[in-house]
Amino acid sequence: MKAAVLVFPGSNCDRDMAVAFQRAGAQVSMVWHKDDHLPEDTDIVGVPGGFSFGDYLRCGAIAARSPISRSLVAHAGRGGYVLGICNGFQVLTETGLLPGALMRNADLKFLCKPIDLTVETADSAFTSGYVRGQRITLPVAHHEGNYNIDPATLTQLEAEDRVAFRYTDDLNGSTDRIAGVLSGNRRVLGMMPHPERAVDAAHGGTDGVAMFRSLVESLVAA
Amino acid sequence: MKVRVDVMLKSGVLDPQGEAVRHALGSLGFEGVDGVRQGKVIELDLAETDPDKARASVTEMCEKLLANTVIESYSISLDT
Repeated sequence: MKAAVLVFPGSNCDRDMAVAFQRAGAQVSMVWHKDDHLPEDTDIVGVPGGFSFGDYLRCGAIAARSPISRSLVAHAGRGGYVLGICNGFQVLTETGLLPGALMRNADLKFLCKPIDLTVETADSAFTSGYVRGQRITLPVAHHEGNYNIDPATLTQLEAEDRVAFRYTDDLNGSTDRIAGVLSGNRRVLGMMPHPERAVDAAHGGTDGVAMFRSLVESLVAA
Repeated sequence: MKVRVDVMLKSGVLDPQGEAVRHALGSLGFEGVDGVRQGKVIELDLAETDPDKARASVTEMCEKLLANTVIESYSISLDT
């Protein structure tokens, strides 16, 4: 299974994401934002956390218009897998690959702590290693994680079982406590919490391991 | 030609920064401030001199980058 992790100026979770994929058995390439194509046979593109382009204009806005992001959108259009975490989630909403937008946290604070989540669906290559309703703990570290979506699109997301994770308690003002959402074909996941920062006992938790393992297993089998 | 773009959160979208500013104004003793909304201003200096073409071009810029139309609205003013 081949993973490509994008690197923008200001990305800071790119290496963590690469290590999480590698430990699960994936072959990983790092791809600079000025490159205009992904490595051949890329199965999944990882869009990492950080502060791409200094969060100028809006978080993820400039990264979503950089050369590699055109290849990212084309990859998703071909049915390729994409995982966007934190700033990566913001980039995915800015490209339009995922619905909604991430706004400033309701209490205006930067939130950096482990939080509890509920797995809302096990029906995706990202979440098949969990059980629906399972409680997991992952770290968050964000200032703009307040997921905003219009009521009509929210109804559609729920009808299509595309809410992947919810915060167990209101964390940042997100509509319906949504922490992660899937695309219509269930192959693009964006989430604010950091599974790649919970893959080693030294991280303080390993609840992120199941995501990278199930991705590698599903994509090797595909 | 100079063009000014005002980007604001759409009216239905809660603006936590505006709310914080409103509370701060209240604590400074400014009474009767019922609402505050915070947005941003972007000034562009364009080579284009035709107002219609400038407006069309800036509209495209807003749709593609300057505003996130999921949550934001924009208005364009030409300095003619």
